[in-house]
Amino acid sequence: MKYVDEFRDRAVAEKLAATIAEEAKGGHDYYFMEFCGGHTHAIFRYGVQDLMPANVHFVHGPGCPVCVLPVRRLDDAVELAERHGAILCSYGDMMRVPGTRQRSLIKAKADGADIRMVYSTMDALKIARDNPDRQVVFFAIGFETTTPPTAVAVLQAEKEGLKNFSVFVNHVLTPAAIGHILDSEDFAPGGPARIDGFLGPSHVSAVIGSKPYEAAAAHYQKPVVICGFEPLDVMQSVLMLIRQIKEGRCEVENEYTRVVTRDGNLKAQALVDEVLELRESFEWRGLGPVANSALRLKEKYAFYDAEKRFEISAKQSRETKSCECPAILRGVKKPTDCKLFGTVCTPDNPMGSCMVSSEGACAAYWTYGRFRNKDQAKQTEIA
Amino acid sequence: MSDMTSGPSTLTGSVDMTHGGGGRAMAELIRTLFQKHFSNPVLDQGNDGALVALPPGRVVISTDSHVITPLFFPGGDIGALSINGTVNDVAMMGAKPLYLSVGFILEEGFPLADLERIVISMAAAAKAADVTIATGDTKVVEKGKGDGVFISTTGIGVVPEGVKTSGDNARPGQAVLVSGTIGDHGVAILSKRESLEFETEIVSDCAALNGMIANMLAAVPNITTLRDPTRGGLAATLNEIASASKVGMMLEESAIPIRPDVSAACEFLGLDALYVANEGKLICICEEADANRLVDIMRAHPLGENAARIGTVIADDAHLVQMRTGFGGTRVVDWIAGEQLPRIC
Repeated sequence: MKYVDEFRDRAVAEKLAATIAEEAKGGHDYYFMEFCGGHTHAIFRYGVQDLMPANVHFVHGPGCPVCVLPVRRLDDAVELAERHGAILCSYGDMMRVPGTRQRSLIKAKADGADIRMVYSTMDALKIARDNPDRQVVFFAIGFETTTPPTAVAVLQAEKEGLKNFSVFVNHVLTPAAIGHILDSEDFAPGGPARIDGFLGPSHVSAVIGSKPYEAAAAHYQKPVVICGFEPLDVMQSVLMLIRQIKEGRCEVENEYTRVVTRDGNLKAQALVDEVLELRESFEWRGLGPVANSALRLKEKYAFYDAEKRFEISAKQSRETKSCECPAILRGVKKPTDCKLFGTVCTPDNPMGSCMVSSEGACAAYWTYGRFRNKDQAKQTEIA
Repeated sequence: MSDMTSGPSTLTGSVDMTHGGGGRAMAELIRTLFQKHFSNPVLDQGNDGALVALPPGRVVISTDSHVITPLFFPGGDIGALSINGTVNDVAMMGAKPLYLSVGFILEEGFPLADLERIVISMAAAAKAADVTIATGDTKVVEKGKGDGVFISTTGIGVVPEGVKTSGDNARPGQAVLVSGTIGDHGVAILSKRESLEFETEIVSDCAALNGMIANMLAAVPNITTLRDPTRGGLAATLNEIASASKVGMMLEESAIPIRPDVSAACEFLGLDALYVANEGKLICICEEADANRLVDIMRAHPLGENAARIGTVIADDAHLVQMRTGFGGTRVVDWIAGEQLPRIC
């Protein structure tokens, strides 16, 4: 497949692996957080870890859109469909995420709630047009990548006078999360976890550009390389990070130049600015409340805000007990550190969000990387 | 590939409750539709059951129910699927499929013209697969209690002496073969789903494989395993075999045949072709020494021209299906969890 196969080329990968191994010599360990679930997925699906020297470690970041949505917001979405009888339109990998008492959208759907999987906000608008007597709510989740389509849907609904359409906004922002992670005690000197640099978001950066990470790179003295989602992108970015560290640089570099510019997509940014504004604080699963890290609809578009159109009840939402998703999302623990991993929690029966989406660290470990754990288990036994 | 010699449907109107009521309307539907297109000496006996004589050998029985949206799709329809699916299940057991029963559950309001298209397609598929539709049944459910039409088929076949294919006999060192490109059916169906329509020339691979299997077994009677990778795709079927045989497998990603357009569609839908359904492909596990010959036999058949050897059975206590990626790494090819869901970004 043209424009894809070139970034999965084995011969290039082998050369790059040799260069990385050479550059990484010197007795240091390197810990790089790949911010996005897309990176995690690529690392596992293509076996990138096999091509890395033993002293280069990947720390999985929180950039899996369904993973960071707090249980409470998911429970609220179920309520919109169940109590208010709305048609709830959701992206696919949200469907199986367990809420309180393991209740997911798929389970609510089986119990009779009208929940529909859509591929785009345009599908949700079509459902609203086709069902003028029903309320239709789009469950808007995701990072900056999925935010512009939400803004477009609201503008389009207004243009068409679609009175039965609204949006339940849960969009979150990447740079705020990076800052929050580095501010936490986990990553303080002497803390339990360590990050030497970031593989920065790819699709997100296509929208917001590479500029928004510059302040964090300088402030925290951590190099960032904007990194595409193909396996060669990941390897090239690792090489760029190692070189920055060896040269004592902490800059934002862009490996994903075929898509990302420093300024990003200005038109998409303008659409988002027109419709959405910063929330003072928003809870992230795993990170807790993070200041200025999420968006909501502006007052001007309040008519389309599901949180204002429907009364959403206060509820006691609960994470599954002993699920380590929060620590895994912060990069402090690995999936294999969780007692539930691979025992009660598997992709067939996920206890936490990281086991649901193929971008979640637990699902990637389990689905693609289990044999590594098996080998590790064997080594432990022998030892 | 439907046989249009019967011409377009002459029926008008739609299914109503009387068509399942046992009265004159039902008899008329049977006569003008099912008997007309399915007619053969066994079915035409007109009794409550079919009386048939089987050749000597062990008998295989397999049943499958078919529900699909949309009912008509590029490369096939629910009718062809219901015949080919069961013919294939019988053939994968090493048997020559002989007779089929068909059961219809029709939803009130379903257009009779569409029903006739489906029946014509079934007749053509049965003819192509050289099987006899021996008996059938029709029920009608109220509107809203079905999805247009459900078809359940059961097949009977006889296994020749010396043949013993089974999913629990794979042994380390054996070769894993596939009869052609994977994922065609699932992507063809997705391309026509209402919420997803995209333009493509991909058609379903829906086909009966008993002819090709007969050639394979004639040359190599001791084939270990034959399976059709339908729901859950290549990955699910290989995991089933690995688990039943208590072995592992090592696949070579670069050897697995995938059409570039199927690969592209999976790429933008966020799916993995290894998990996408096929309806006209088989997986064969055989002795290493027979692998090349079986690939050649499949390639000589019109339904197997892209056949390839894709991996090897290995010893593995964890019964994992692993794959050396085209990129040079290794990964597990796991069971699928529920349905494949598209990724967000």
